[in-house]
This record gives sequence, C-alpha cells and structure tokens, in this order.
Amino acid sequence: MPLSTQTEVGDDDQYVLVASLDNVRNLSNILKAIHFKDHASCFATTNGLKVTVENAKCLQANAFIQAGIFQEFVVQEESVMFRINLAVLLDCLTVFGTSSLPGTSTALRMCYHGYGYPLMLFLEEGGVVTVCKINTQEPEEMLDFDFCSTNVVNKIILQSEGLREAFAELDMTSEVLQITMSPDKPYFRLSTFGNAGSAHLDYPKDSDLMEAFHCNQTQTNRYKISLLKPSTKALALSCKVSIRTDNRGFLSLQYMIRNEDGQICFVEYYCCPDEDITESEL
Amino acid sequence: MRCIITGGNVKVLGKAIHSLSRVGDELYVEPLQDGLSLRAVNTSRSAYACFLFAPLFFQQYQPGGQGSGSVAETVRCKVLMKSFLAVFRSLPSLEKTVEKCLISLSPRASRLRVQLHCKYGVTKTHDLSFQECESLQAVFDTEQCAHTLRALPRLLVDAVVHFPLTLAEVTLEVSQGGRVNFRSYVEEETEPSRMMVTELCLSEDEFQAFHVQQETRVTFCLKEFRGLLSFAESTSLPLSIHFDAPGRPAVFALEDSLLQVHLVLATLSEPDGSSQATNGTPCPFAPAYDFTGDDIDSYMIAMETTTCNDTGRTKQLPSPTFPLRCTSPNPGQTDSDQEGAVPGTPPQKKFRSLFFGSLLSQSQSLSHAEPSQEVLAEDSEGEA
Repeated sequence: MPLSTQTEVGDDDQYVLVASLDNVRNLSNILKAIHFKDHASCFATTNGLKVTVENAKCLQANAFIQAGIFQEFVVQEESVMFRINLAVLLDCLTVFGTSSLPGTSTALRMCYHGYGYPLMLFLEEGGVVTVCKINTQEPEEMLDFDFCSTNVVNKIILQSEGLREAFAELDMTSEVLQITMSPDKPYFRLSTFGNAGSAHLDYPKDSDLMEAFHCNQTQTNRYKISLLKPSTKALALSCKVSIRTDNRGFLSLQYMIRNEDGQICFVEYYCCPDEDITESEL
Repeated sequence: MRCIITGGNVKVLGKAIHSLSRVGDELYVEPLQDGLSLRAVNTSRSAYACFLFAPLFFQQYQPGGQGSGSVAETVRCKVLMKSFLAVFRSLPSLEKTVEKCLISLSPRASRLRVQLHCKYGVTKTHDLSFQECESLQAVFDTEQCAHTLRALPRLLVDAVVHFPLTLAEVTLEVSQGGRVNFRSYVEEETEPSRMMVTELCLSEDEFQAFHVQQETRVTFCLKEFRGLLSFAESTSLPLSIHFDAPGRPAVFALEDSLLQVHLVLATLSEPDGSSQATNGTPCPFAPAYDFTGDDIDSYMIAMETTTCNDTGRTKQLPSPTFPLRCTSPNPGQTDSDQEGAVPGTPPQKKFRSLFFGSLLSQSQSLSHAEPSQEVLAEDSEGEA
C-alpha cells in the first residue's frame, strides 16, 4: 500500500542512512562506471558513499560519491555497510529512463533502516513517484590491496582523451595488457600480444596529454586484460586519469569524473599484476 | 619494404582497407617497383580487388629491402584482414589524430609493422604476423570487355542506396538505346509472395562514357561493389565498369596518377535459353593461340609466380582463352562440369570461380581432363 510507505518517510530518525539527490544521474552514472559484476558493497560515512565491486580477487573498483554531491546526506552511525545487487539498484535508479533531456531530472531519496532491512528508494520525476525496496545482503569482507602512496614507484596523470581510444581498441585476443612506465624511453607504453601480432602504444613524457609524469624506475607489469577492460566505462566518463604502480607492481587507476553539475567524483580501480612473466617475453 | 604515408593519404589508405575488407579475409601485401599493391580475394574466388598505390602516393617508398631496392629481396605476404583492419578501424579518428603512417615489412623480423604517429606525440605500433605467400595475380583485360560505362561514383552510390542491405546481387542491364537499369536479382526459387524487386533506370547522359555494343545484362554481388563505391565516393574519381556477356567477369576500375583500383566480380551465368546476348558477343580481340599469352585472357587465374615448375605447367597448357570462347554457347553444360570437377566450391548461384573457370572450361572442351591441371588448381586453392 503506497500510503503506508509514505508515512514511513515522515520519520527520518529511524533510518541509519538518508540521502537525497536532485539529479539521480549524478549517482547512477558513476555506479555504471563500476558495474562489471552484479554485486556491490556500499559503505556510508559522514564523508559520503563508497561503492565497491570486486572481481576474481584480483581487481577492486571503488566509486566515491562524497556527501557534498547529495543535497542531504545523514548517517546516524559511524559507518553503515550493506551489500546489494548493483544491477537491480541501477535498474531502479534509471527507472525513469537514462536520457538526459534538459530540464528533466529525476530526484532521489534513499533510506536505509539498518542491518536486515531493504534499501528504500523514492524516485520522483514530473510528479510521478516510484518507490523501490531492494533487499540488502550480508556484507562481505573486501580485499585490502594495501596500496600505499609511500610505496608508489611511478605515477602518471593523463588526460583521459588520450587513453579512451587506446582502451576502446584494445586487442582483446591478447590475454594481458602490459604496462611499461619508465623515466627513460618509452616512458609510458601499453602493449598487447594478440593472435594477429603485438601492438604497442607509446606516450612521450612531454606530450600535451601528460599532465604529470613522475617515474622513478622502469617497471613492466602485465595485467589481465579481461580485468582491466571494464575500466573503459569509467574512462569514458572521466576527464583525467592517474596511473600509479607501487613497488609490488600493483596498479591503481584513478579516474576523475565531472558530473552534470560540474562536481568532481572519483572512481578507482586496483589490479594485481600477472605473476608469470618470463624474461623472453619482455 | 618501407613506406611512409602522411596527411590525408592515411585516410585514403584506411578507406582502401575498409573496401578490401568487404572482399576477403586476408590481405595480400606486395611491394612492387611501381607501387604498393594491396589485394584481396573472397573464399569462393568470385571477387578480387586490387589497390595499387603509386610511389608518389607515399612520402617515402622503398619496395625492396632496406635501402637496396633490389627486386630479389622483395617479399610478398598476406596478413589477416581483421588485424590489419583493426589498425585503421576508426576512420574519423584516423583523420583527426594520425599525422603519419609508416609501414615496413621485414622478413628477418618476420613481422609487418604498421606504425601510426598520432597527435600529442603518441605512437601506435602494430606488429602483425604475416605469412609469406605467392603473388595473388588476377589476369584480366578491360580492353576485351565489350561494354564500358563510366560515371562519377555519386551517381552509382545514389543508385545503389535504394537496394535493401540484405540484397545479395544486383542486375545491371544496358541497351544500345542508352538505357541503364539496375534491378534486384531474385533467385528463381524465391516464392513470389516474398519477392521485392527494386528497379532503377538511368539514362545515357548521366554517364561520362557509354560504350555498349548490344543489349546485355550482368548480375553481380552488391557487397563488394558497395565497398568499392564508398571508397570511390571519397576520392571522387570516375568509376569505369567494364563488362561482357553474362558469366564473364565484370571489372570495376578507378584510376589516378597516385592509385589504381580494380575490382573484379564474377557475374552470374544466364540459364539456357535466356542467353541470347551470350552467343552474339563479338570477339574483336581474337586471341592468338599463344601458350604464354595468358595475360590477354579476361578471366583470372592464380599465377604461381615463384614456383618454376608451375610456370612450366602453365606453358604446357593451351591458352584458356581460346577454348573458352568455343564453350560459351552452352554455358549450362560448362556449369555442370564445374560442379563435378570442384567438389569444394558449390556453385550455388552459378557464379563461376574467377580463378578456375578458365581451366575447367578448357578441360571440358578438350574432352579429357589433364591431371596436371587439377594439381595446379588444388595447389592454388590451398596456398593462394
């Protein structure tokens, strides 16, 4: 009965998390950028919302939607955590369609009662309200990549434009994407080794695409291309990307995404390197 | 081989690759003294395309090995069309970002390197694995075709655009009265209720050249033709169509000082009875009975240019041209003979294989099959 749900809304105190957003696309677009698996873990603190998706115990993607993006963001506990089906969540968030016609935006109010309760979504567009209840799941332990900025060996910041085409055209018959970062030539190189041959993409350090270039030692690491390919979605939305590797060869990709209202959000991918790398293949 | 392409020519090359990809799954790369040749043939060998880029097309062109330029070192190879196409996939970005393209073929490193130098100093290097191969040489002579049309590609693009994308073949019908008809080709077995025929009539004045000796109609595949048209449209060069009686190949040609393009398509043989045009085809260029005179044949054969004993075999064979003309009055019989002789190529629509047609028709006319011919045919199917 719709009326009974409305009365629930009236009393915000019973919710551990209440968030309102004038334009739901500011949330849904960024969640799409990490939607490569159907299940996501959500963490809310007073700073904002972090949504995490993992794959194959080798890849973790985090979307950060800071509290400032929301018109209202209230967390009653120190941190609120739940697991949710991301596909269902996205379907609900885009229930009024995904098109971005000027002047039409869907407003969202998101409430969570706490452990064992569903996530409630109230979506409104043009006076029409949709109420969604999505069952939450037992939170799972997340991977800790222990990626610490003090261990970062090489760091590059690129304008996303320069990587977009490269990622779109990746030779998917190659099992790995090899990333070389070096203070000397070739500076920054992406390589694939596919059925038809190999392809190398070189970016000079003085390129206009290169916003920052801090490489201290030559590192060549391989990453499963199937794991990195989904980051194309984040790349497509982003304006800048920071590419970092630490002393273990772990990769961090941070995408800076500007939403429709000009606010900045971040999506971050961590990936483990492939172990079996032989000298002859280098 | 090493060549450098700059500016707008990179896009021309890209368009050529797109056009070739409509024809075959493999791209034959052959650096010649008079330019870089890129060719493709389809699996049933009823379509063949050849793009020859003159040395002037390039900023730098060295057909031979590094610097030496000697013919002996020339390597010809084939690469997967898919992988070559991947390099040139996005034409808009090719135009926007690529400043220079370097192609080098080094047999020692056994790779074909395509390097794109893009905006912002970004370099894309594709090392493609290749297979050394024989020259894919089609032998045809447009001079021998009885009929020639020439038009700006725009005219033909506008004509072809009306045909549904699912349509496989189109019939081109010309009459001496100056009428040019394009009509959907519908197979006889098609239920009349499912038939949709599109017909389009052009007049002689719309063509730059109109040399038609008699009323003729030929049927050929649209897919490859469309591919060539989109290339032709981007160059705005006039497109010549050379054709002859039904069943004989039609040659589509573009020519310029920088490039030469030929697309050879098999045409459908007319069923018995309706081939009145076939019989009357004049043979103004009666071929001399010369064993080495294969190049005057308007049919295509696969030439094994590097294997010397194949050359020997070819010389033993009489010119395929002569017997072919003898058999032309009864094409139906020829077809049935082909079906028996080439089990691997089902002639579903009575398209002759451009490569084998001449040899097989010949064996029929000689009333005994020479074993050496069959060997030649099998070899060339496997390798070429």
